[in-house]
Formats: sequence, C-alpha cells, structure tokens
Amino acid sequence: MTQYLDFEKPLAEIEGKAEELRALARQNAEMDVEAEATALDAKADKMLRDLYKDLTPWRKCQVARHPERPHCQDYIAALFSEYTPLAGDRNFADDHAVMGGLARFNDRPVMVIGHEKGNDTKSRIERNFGMARPEGYRKAVRLMEMASRFGLPVITLVDTPGAYPGKGAEERGQSEAIARATETCLQIGVPLVSVIIGEGGSGGAVAFATANRVAMLEHSVYSVISPEGCASILWKDAEKMREAAEALRLTAQDLKQLGVIDRIIKEPLGGAHRGKSATIDSVGQAIDAMLTELDGKDRAALISDRRRKFLNMGNKGLAA
Amino acid sequence: MNWITNYVRPRINSIFSRRETPENLWQKCDDCGTMLFHRELSENLNVCTNCGHHMGITPRERFLALFDGGVFSQVTVPEPVSDPLSFRDQKKYPDRMKAAQKMTGEPEAMLVATGEIGRTPIVAAAQDFSFMGGSMGMYVGNAIIAAAEEAVRLKRPLILFSAAGGARMQEGILSLMQMPRTTVAVQMLKEADLPYIVVLTHPTTGGVTASYAMLGDVQIAEPNALICFAGPRVIEQTIREKLPEGFQRAEYLLDHGMLDRVTPRTELRDELITITRMLLGMPPAVKGDLPKPDMAEPAPAEPETPAKE
Ligand SMILES: [Zn+2]
Repeated sequence: MTQYLDFEKPLAEIEGKAEELRALARQNAEMDVEAEATALDAKADKMLRDLYKDLTPWRKCQVARHPERPHCQDYIAALFSEYTPLAGDRNFADDHAVMGGLARFNDRPVMVIGHEKGNDTKSRIERNFGMARPEGYRKAVRLMEMASRFGLPVITLVDTPGAYPGKGAEERGQSEAIARATETCLQIGVPLVSVIIGEGGSGGAVAFATANRVAMLEHSVYSVISPEGCASILWKDAEKMREAAEALRLTAQDLKQLGVIDRIIKEPLGGAHRGKSATIDSVGQAIDAMLTELDGKDRAALISDRRRKFLNMGNKGLAA
Repeated sequence: MNWITNYVRPRINSIFSRRETPENLWQKCDDCGTMLFHRELSENLNVCTNCGHHMGITPRERFLALFDGGVFSQVTVPEPVSDPLSFRDQKKYPDRMKAAQKMTGEPEAMLVATGEIGRTPIVAAAQDFSFMGGSMGMYVGNAIIAAAEEAVRLKRPLILFSAAGGARMQEGILSLMQMPRTTVAVQMLKEADLPYIVVLTHPTTGGVTASYAMLGDVQIAEPNALICFAGPRVIEQTIREKLPEGFQRAEYLLDHGMLDRVTPRTELRDELITITRMLLGMPPAVKGDLPKPDMAEPAPAEPETPAKE
C-alpha cells in the first residue's frame, strides 16, 4: 500500500474509494462496480498528473524523502552483479549509513558507494537514517583510493539528509572526514560519476558527489541546508520551510540551469516510488551514458576534467 | 632610524581611524567584563589584557599586525555574479550585502594579501566574521582560489585564517560548491609543495570546517575557538543531552587529535614565522616587529580602504 504525502490526500481518497469498490465486488459476485471504479481510476490518474506536473520545491523535498522511494540498496541489487560489500574504515568502525564495495556494472568491474537510509524502523536505526559518521566518509575514501589504484570507475549514489550531527561524530572529526572525502573525489584517477537519488544534504552529499558527472532524479533535491534549517535561521521560523525551499533553488531543474549538475533523470508519474523498476532502469541508463562520456580519458584528463568543472562552477547565475 | 615610532605607530593609528568613534574609547571584555582601554586592547590584538579572552579581529587589523611593518599588498579577487539566485528571505540578499559592506567597510568576507612576516614572503587570506558571519559564498571561494594561485605563482606558502558561521545560504547550492572549489585550491598548493597553514579562529563551523579549514599541513587554533561541523545547539537537539564543558573548543579538538597546536593570538606571528621558515628550509628569522620591507617586489602599497556604499 502506498504511503501518501500530505499534498496527495485528495488522491488518496479517490484511490481508496476505487480500492474499496473492488474489494466489495470481490465479496459480492452480482455487484458490477468496474465502470465506476474505472472512472475513479481515470480521475485519480488525472489528479496525479496535475499534482506532479509542477511540483513546488517543498513538495519535491517531500517526494525525495518518501519512505518508499528506491534506496541505494535497491539500485545496487538491480543494476549491479557480484556485489561484494567491503566494510570498515580500518580505524574505528564500519558505518552502516554508507554502503559500498566491488561490483560489476554491465559486466565491468566498478566500485559502488552510497548512502543507505533503511526501509523500516529497525533498518533505519541501523543505517542511522542515512546520516554518515566520520567512519562512513573514511570508508568511502578507502574504497575510492582502492578503485583508483586498480583502475575501477567509481559510482556514487547520494541519498542523505546530511552528515550526522552527533557528539562522537564531532569528536572523531566529522569535518576532517568530509573534507578528506571531497579531496579524494578530486584526486582519484578513474571516472567518478554520481547520481543524487533522493536527498543531497549539504556537505554529507558533496563528499560523494564531487564527481566528473553528476545526475539527479527529477524530484531529487540537493541543497546547502535543509529548508527547515534555513527557515529557522533566516526566517526564525522552521514552519517557513516552503518559502525556504523556494528560495534555495534546490531542485534538479534549477541546479541543471546553474550548471551544478549535468543531467536530469525522469521519474515515473507520481514519483520514483510509484514505479521503482522503471526508475532504477533509467538510473542505470544514465550511469552507463555518463561512464561512456568519460571513456578513453586517462588519469590526468579525468582529474583535470573534475577540477575544471568545479573551478568554473557558478560563473553564471540563474538569469543567464 | 627608530622604526618603531615610524612604522608601528601609524599602524595602530590606522586601526583607530578606520573603525572607532571617539566615544568608544573603552570596551568591555565579552568574557570577564573588565573595561579595557581601546588602544591597549587593540595593541594586544583584541585579546583581553585581564583574562586572555580572544575577541574578534578583522582581517585588516590582523594583517596590519601580522606583516612586517604592517605593510601588505592586497590581492585582487575576481568578482562573482552577484545574487545568483535572486535570493530573498525576510530581506533581499543585495540589501543584506549592502548593510554588511556599510558596517565593515569591506567588499566581502575575505581579504587576501601578500607581504613578509619576519622577512619571509607569504600569501595570507583571512575571513571576516563581522561580514555576514564570515559566510562562504562564491566570493570567498574565489578569494581562496586567488590566494592559492598567487602562492603558486610566487612560490610562497599560504597562511589562512578561518572564521565562519558556515555557508552563505543566500547563494544556495553555489555556496555548497565552494567546498570542492576551495579543495581544488588546496590541492594546487600541495602539488606545488608549498606549505598551507590554517589558523582556525572563533568560530569556524559547517562547510568551511569541512573543506579548506581542515586540510592544512599544519592546523593551529586560537584559544577557546569554537571549531565544529555541526553546531552545539544542533547536536543538543539531535541527541537530547547537554554537551560537556569545552566541547568543540580548540583545546578539546587538540585533545582529540584534530589540531597540531593551540596558540594565543599574541604569539601567533612568531610561531607562523618559525614554522614557515622551517618548512621552506630557510634559516631562523629575526622576530618581533620588523620595519617595512625593502620594496624589491612590485609595489606592496598601503592597503586601500575600499569604497563605501
Ligand atoms: Zn577578559
């Protein structure tokens, strides 16, 4: 059963009614509800189209955080073969908010790394809701360096509310860990491609997304701060998150225009969670296309491509 | 020639003339509450002469005290697109900028300069917490890149003084993109085998800490500076417990292996001279206030006061 977002409430009613009618019909052989149910389906379909035609930035944030949105582990399971998770930062712990390891993508050996939020209470707690601690970034550094030594492309899947703001995380150098991960992204001599599959939360996202190519799902968001955080600082009212989401320009569409991301991956009608396998397929195609664009570039070219991309970034505003 | 009267005094005078109004001859220490004579406080680099508390200092004041004879030459920072997102919260971003410029007399939150310390040529960059909380946007990113490029061009070390509440939210994602951009700047220095020394001052937080401010060859902090990724309030809200005394302060980070040294501001200059000269393989320097260097290099002029709006 789909979990509805607050703005989808009218839709929930219609879809619920259709469902109910069909359930009644199943118990009552002589009842014919199909015509009525089909009409409701059509109405629901139109409503879904209308709702998703022009999602506001805040609604996109909600879709990006939808609990049923496909997560890193769904993509790894569907798009990669021989996935062999590698664990630990060799220093303190293994951070379950970050998954990663060796795998094959279209038979080609690669290193895949991503944030995993978990999909039920137990796994969400275990994954710390996708908020990595220093160990997670240090594990990523280790895997990226390994990939660079063995010539394996690195694919990162970004989906995090942000780095974990905790006591231990600070004590063990959250800032330094993020800084080193970003530095490593810029240093590795192999193709690095990144897809923001859900939330790209601030520095915790940059640490993985400082890539040669960055793609975003249509309703993903990528921002320097959460709309709630921004609202509470600039508006002194966390309830002003709609305004903040608007002002921050955190949608894939705005970021493409600003030159921060390279491509937008279309989502099925009603968001990725309403068509998981179609979404995953599209992400796979985007990764393939981005890797192909980088084919034939040597180490030096890959490194300078990445540097130039970021050095030149932001030289045009949205108006341009 | 008595260079102390010739060079040191004008330096102090210039601090007075720029910022202070006559009625503001006394300043209260934020920490111990002692009333301090402004001139004395300024001569002590805004460190309380009673309790040692470090108060804010602007990049310009810092540079006047840091460079030999108070002489430095400002490095031009490429201007970014202004207000790239047409950002508006309760105020328009351009209005906030104008107010900050008027208040500080500076165009933006970072100052980059070349000059000599103990006759050691360096490039220095300092972040201005009084300018919109020192927040990192396109300009600060451009400033750090310009500083690194200048250091590479002149084959000099870069000394960076950080101070920031974090990212410039009004530049949205573009402020976030300064994390990779400034990291590229640090990589330029490392590839050229040039020392990169970071002095973390109060406060250094958020994306600034999680990029260039944590990537120095040597990491020094001023006493009691707050240095963190997530601020203490955010952490307390997340973990719902009170944080220990001194958490995320310079001394705490030193204990946890995140810094090399915690050094009082009044001793920083000598220490920076010692460290850079060793890293550069130079003989020990003459310390203390030094006169204006000989003008062999292209005109390190007195810093200009930028036009006020
Ligand atoms: Zn005091």
